[in-house]
Amino acid sequence: MNIEDIKHLAILSSLEINSDEANATLNQLQTIFTLVERMQAVDTTGVEPLFHPIAMIQDLAQPLRQDAVTEQNNREANMAAAPAQHEGLFLVPKVIE
Amino acid sequence: MWHQKTLTELSEALSTGKVTSVELTDHFLNRILHFADLNAFLDVNNDFSRKQAQIADEKIKSGKAGPLTGIPLAHKDVFVTREWRSTAASNMLENYVSPFDASVVERLGPDGAGMVCLGKTNMDEFAMGSSNENSAFGYSFNPWDIDRVPGGSSGGSAVAVAAGLAPAATGTDTGGSIRQPASFCGLTGLKPTYGRVSRFGMIAYASSLDQAGPMAKNAKDCALLMNAMGGHDPRDSTSLDMPAENYSRHLGQNWAGVDGGSKEEKPLAGLRIGVPKEFFSEGLSAEVRVKVEAAIAEYEKLGATRVDVSLPKTELSIPVYYVLAPAEASSNLSRYDGVRYGHRAHDYKDLAQMYSRSRSEGFGAEVKRRILIGSYVLSQGYYDAYYLQAQRIRRIIADDFQNAFKQCDVIMGPVAPNTAWKIGEKSKDPVQMYLEDIYTLSANLAGLPAMSIPCGFDSEHMPVGLQMIGNYFSEARMLQIADIYQDKTDWHKAEPEFGSVLKKRGVAA
Repeated sequence: MNIEDIKHLAILSSLEINSDEANATLNQLQTIFTLVERMQAVDTTGVEPLFHPIAMIQDLAQPLRQDAVTEQNNREANMAAAPAQHEGLFLVPKVIE
Repeated sequence: MWHQKTLTELSEALSTGKVTSVELTDHFLNRILHFADLNAFLDVNNDFSRKQAQIADEKIKSGKAGPLTGIPLAHKDVFVTREWRSTAASNMLENYVSPFDASVVERLGPDGAGMVCLGKTNMDEFAMGSSNENSAFGYSFNPWDIDRVPGGSSGGSAVAVAAGLAPAATGTDTGGSIRQPASFCGLTGLKPTYGRVSRFGMIAYASSLDQAGPMAKNAKDCALLMNAMGGHDPRDSTSLDMPAENYSRHLGQNWAGVDGGSKEEKPLAGLRIGVPKEFFSEGLSAEVRVKVEAAIAEYEKLGATRVDVSLPKTELSIPVYYVLAPAEASSNLSRYDGVRYGHRAHDYKDLAQMYSRSRSEGFGAEVKRRILIGSYVLSQGYYDAYYLQAQRIRRIIADDFQNAFKQCDVIMGPVAPNTAWKIGEKSKDPVQMYLEDIYTLSANLAGLPAMSIPCGFDSEHMPVGLQMIGNYFSEARMLQIADIYQDKTDWHKAEPEFGSVLKKRGVAA
């Protein structure tokens, strides 16, 4: 891992990071990944990944519901926390000229 | 005093008219205000709380009260509420008010069990941390020693209950966030089996690990809260579709299931306690070891048998967790873009910069660190080596538990290698803090229920917690096992003295 990796990760993560922060982050991530690398010593050939803990004890299927209207229209309440809005629409900077 | 009472005692006082819910609520609101320097709460609103208390008093008067009706409680600020602000202790959500209540809030509140919300408690930002120091609004102080951290991430909830600012509180536990602060502050806390308690309206950190649970003075109180909190919720796709359960049903029985048998000399005869040697290896402080060993010895006196078991991948739970939790967090936290809610930067040149600048300003250092780690382990070329490898080891860890449970009914060990550390002691080096989570992470990775039970004090009078890990869905039995211990010991009844210290120090005033 190097400083370019950190800058790339920041782009992937939609985070703005200045050079000082990037350097400090690089050091910390390197230390963390020294710890993470210990996983490589484990032979996991033939072991299925466990994405959902309850899959240990029961078969899981995506629960389905009836295709029926259950929610009411709470547009105003749902938009109340938006930083910028106008007539029921979220405002963002112009994307297409 | 009312703040020294258990939920059962408060319930009795309310139903017999010794006190009203409004009086109780005022008592706790006054204490919250009086001890505001502990910084346990992020939002309090006396009017909202009193309104809920009045509703509860009406219910009690008309004979429609349940066992929890009218009893106040505090919610961790990770649960969204329509009235109180919901910030997850992040600048990203400063002043955020949710259009709906989390399921847990709804089930415990006026439309459910009838409890009164006292406000929202402090925590590590987005539940990422083990000390409460990652709160964007300043950490909460451990009432047992205000120079020490209360633990995290549910630190504010732990402080609120330990300091008598609330009779009980909700918490969430992704890698130990209920158990470790419960241990550091001398409380009883339960992280249920994954899927027991709805995550709907819980601000997400790592969705396959997050689980909500109660933090209270004893096991009986935790059982009462679980009766109201638990159960299937169609709004959470990972909520388990199982019949409602009475978590108090084994209380008072002996292990063999005989009513009143808890009073016997050896009520736990037949119980097999697995003690994993990896939980007592290098790194465990001598003082914690002594107290935890003494607690297990007490259990043996109560009739239980000690069995040596092994959880060989315990140490690896740290890297596995610190790959998986950040991976899930990087995905969950992508929703904070400054468009629909949350912080938006003032200056930006285009949409992309609006996103990145809003996020950089809104998130704290640890949150950003975990997002970056998550992006890394999920990125092309690293996904197999890190993310998939971690999920594979996760299965080995879960299998190891099942092997151990062939020999025992529950597993016991320490909650954490040390008691509460000094503020600032570990905050400089993230890895040092991660290592402190060694004994709690594996229960989350496997989705197992786990508890913290007070079992003594170290030489500096800081509380020590005994951890109990049970097999899937064994919460009612675990609460029974904890309750029998608490019938015979007083550790859970100890109270910190902090009022005079706070006054003298003028902390954060």
